[in-house]
Amino acid sequence: MSDVKKPKKEIKPKKNPMPAQDPVARAKNFNEVALGYSKEAVIDEAKRCLQCKKEPCRQGCPVEVDIPAFIRLAAEGDFAGAIAKIKEKNALPAVCGRVCPQENQCEKYCTLGKKHEPVAIGRIERFCADWELATGVKIPEVAPPTGKKVAVIGSGPAGLTCAADLAKLGHKVTVFEALHVAGGVLMYGIPEFRLPKAVVQAEVENLKKLGVDIQVNSVVGKFTTVDALMEEEGFEAVFIGTGAGLPYFMNIPGENACGVYSANEFLTRTNLMKAYMFPNWDTPIKLGRKVAVLGGGNVAMDAARTALRLGAEESWIVYRRSRDELPARKEEVEHAEEEGVKFAFLTSPVEILSNEDGWVTGMKCIKYELGEPDASGRRRPVPIEGSEYLMEVDTVVVAIGQGPNPLVPRTTKGLELTKKGTIVADPETGATSKPGVFAGGDVVTGAATVILAMGAGRTAAKAIHEYLSNK
Amino acid sequence: MFKILEKQVFSPIIKQFVIEAPKVAKSCRAGQFVILRIHEEGERIPLTIADFDREKGTITIVFQEVGKTTTQLGQMEAGDYIRDFVGPLGEPSHIKKFDHPVVVVGGGVGIAPVHPIARELKRAGNHVIGIIGARSGDLLFWEDKMREACTELLVTTDDGSYVRKGFVTDVLKEVIEDKGKENIAQVLAIGPQPMMRAVCNLTKEYGIETVVSLNAIMVDGTGMCGCCRVSVGGTTKFVCVDGPEFNGHEVDWHELSRRSAIFRPEEQKAMEYHNCECGSGCGGAK
Ligand SMILES: Cc1cc2nc3c(=O)[nH]c(=O)nc-3n(C[C@H](O)[C@H](O)[C@H](O)COP(=O)(O)OP(=O)(O)OC[C@H]3O[C@@H](n4cnc5c(N)ncnc54)[C@H](O)[C@@H]3O)c2cc1C
Ligand SMILES: Cc1cc2nc3c(=O)[nH]c(=O)nc-3n(C[C@H](O)[C@H](O)[C@H](O)COP(=O)(O)OP(=O)(O)OC[C@H]3O[C@@H](n4cnc5c(N)ncnc54)[C@H](O)[C@@H]3O)c2cc1C
Ligand code: SF4
Ligand code: FES
Repeated sequence: MSDVKKPKKEIKPKKNPMPAQDPVARAKNFNEVALGYSKEAVIDEAKRCLQCKKEPCRQGCPVEVDIPAFIRLAAEGDFAGAIAKIKEKNALPAVCGRVCPQENQCEKYCTLGKKHEPVAIGRIERFCADWELATGVKIPEVAPPTGKKVAVIGSGPAGLTCAADLAKLGHKVTVFEALHVAGGVLMYGIPEFRLPKAVVQAEVENLKKLGVDIQVNSVVGKFTTVDALMEEEGFEAVFIGTGAGLPYFMNIPGENACGVYSANEFLTRTNLMKAYMFPNWDTPIKLGRKVAVLGGGNVAMDAARTALRLGAEESWIVYRRSRDELPARKEEVEHAEEEGVKFAFLTSPVEILSNEDGWVTGMKCIKYELGEPDASGRRRPVPIEGSEYLMEVDTVVVAIGQGPNPLVPRTTKGLELTKKGTIVADPETGATSKPGVFAGGDVVTGAATVILAMGAGRTAAKAIHEYLSNK
Repeated sequence: MFKILEKQVFSPIIKQFVIEAPKVAKSCRAGQFVILRIHEEGERIPLTIADFDREKGTITIVFQEVGKTTTQLGQMEAGDYIRDFVGPLGEPSHIKKFDHPVVVVGGGVGIAPVHPIARELKRAGNHVIGIIGARSGDLLFWEDKMREACTELLVTTDDGSYVRKGFVTDVLKEVIEDKGKENIAQVLAIGPQPMMRAVCNLTKEYGIETVVSLNAIMVDGTGMCGCCRVSVGGTTKFVCVDGPEFNGHEVDWHELSRRSAIFRPEEQKAMEYHNCECGSGCGGAK
């Protein structure tokens, strides 16, 4: 269309604002915060795109979605065309549009962003995906059955994507999931107010329509092993997408006190087990008036915001470095602040204190200052001697990271691992040291992002297809 | 969905189910457990695999009604379905041939989880001395099964209403004195926390290695949440994946009992809600 081609048009400096729930109201409910663009807003936003020849945004996307093309289609109001374009590369756009750290990816490279705000690529992506979910997803054609069986272990973004791609190619795919629902972190970790569980389950339902058999309540490494799946059950290839679900603790005194949770426990009780609906739902959660969340990533922001919604009077992020180093998505930090989450930067606990009944009463903290840049380029936090002080809190959530769960690696013969316990896999194919076994997502990279896990699932599906075809 | 094939009522609060779960039955071993969830809004609760039949694809569980979920479970009947049933979880018991007799102690509902371990220990060629006890005779079950699983079986009740009066620790002490502490290779105890702790205190005096199976509060049961953590020998362990069996002399019982009580007020609230007879379908109807 002619009106989007002309670069001489007047440029709106700012993104179309994202309609959102009022911060005061939303800090008390679990409904989605960002409400999504209207049709008018999405077209208006898509028209901000300059359609740059060099497509810098595309290089910023880990899976190289053809961003200018889908935005052009969206600007024309052709949402069916736009979503089809996105789905060529991204199997989970409704999820990624909501949770990708766009400011470090596509939007970081947007030409508009040099002088103004970049195009709101993620929001347009989300609109197109939601439009498709609402109007009914077209189930893609499935190739004739190849007669080959593939097992996918774990149903996070890596496993779901790998399973979908393999099913489309005609392979018989079985997904084994340890928990009672599929979706991985998308179901148990990321809260409802950021990623509605209905969106995730819609993706899972689509997968079933492709003929994928999803077996929940199935912990591989316990009821069976990778070796048994291949030798006894007739699976010719296996994809391991078991994520990074093992919570790290600080290893400081007092950490087993009552009122100290790992972020995984805190978020699982709330999101997966719906503790915010207790006693209508059976699983309880308990927190005091003042909650401290240790860490500065998405997980920490989610926990701090969840604490407010569960009724905490104060919710603090306690982070060792400063604001500039917070690894969380920018939007989450902003949302957290708007809702009233408080921040203690350059601070870390050295001990958790408790009363005679074993309940948390506070943390002995130490102050830090920023020193020389470390290997990651971030300035290293150095403790300030004699700066110890008491922070009174009655609930502590440890959100300092997760590693891979060792259940599958430990029970699989001939699988090469790194020192950190992640699986060694070829980035081009996902192939591991064990023939026929592929891996991808957080179990390979350590805790990372949804889009990288999705991409790894897709890469592995391609390689598994080749492997099976040449077998 | 997992079908309840058989129900047996041992006492008003202790019940047994045989459940169709071929995947679990195929690979489970003594000492492991399952996690189940009755319905969509339900909590995930761990229960030990008390018996299994690989051919029939069934798992036997025995549970005591102590709160909302177990009470609700007890109201289910043969033919009903349990929504989620996952396992086997946890590490199996370490079964080997010992040079001397071993003692297994089951207190209350702990008799059920002790049973398959006793059986395996005997199969491995051990002389297995079983001690089982309950508050009163009507709460005792599986005497016959245990008699078969052990080489010799001793029975006691706290109130003396059946066989004899005394705690399992009293009987254990008599056995140790009788056989001589050097002639007992290991004690394994499963039951309520105070009972396991009492057994450990006793065997520590005699210096007899003691294994216990811990019942920490759990959520996922796969090492993902850390809710089940306990201190054992000064390091933090996850009961669901590192256990449930540990060296009882190294367990921090004080911490475990505090952590087990974290949700006590909520558990009471859930129970009241469950028992509510307001008729509005608020909770009891579920
Ligand atoms: C609270 C939180 C917030 C986050 N926020 C963001 C965000 O805003 N943006 C973003 O891009 N990323 C975010 N992430 C990271 C992102 O969610 C992960 O990088 C991504 O989910 C990894 O996908 P995966 O498929 O590798 O693994 P997972 O999503 O972890 O899924 C793995 C699945 O495997 C199952 N499993 C594990 N072991 C077994 C076994 N033995 N047998 C069977 N099944 C098994 C698990 O139960 C799980 O369902 C967040 C993570 C968390 C925890
Ligand atoms: C590995 C393991 C094996 C077990 N095996 C058996 C068994 O074979 N038979 C049996 O009767 N009981 C067993 N238990 C205990 C059983 O899980 C609890 O009695 C049950 O969860 C209580 O739930 P409720 O809702 O009925 O009671 P609630 O009112 O919720 O709680 C009552 C008591 O149970 C404990 N409890 C509550 N929730 C949990 C939970 N999610 N996980 C663990 N404990 C909890 C609490 O500490 C509390 O003291 C086992 C526990 C573990 C950890
Ligand atoms: S997938 Fe993520 S990085 Fe790629 S275009 Fe969409 S929002 Fe940007
Ligand atoms: S129950 Fe979650 S780690 Fe053990």
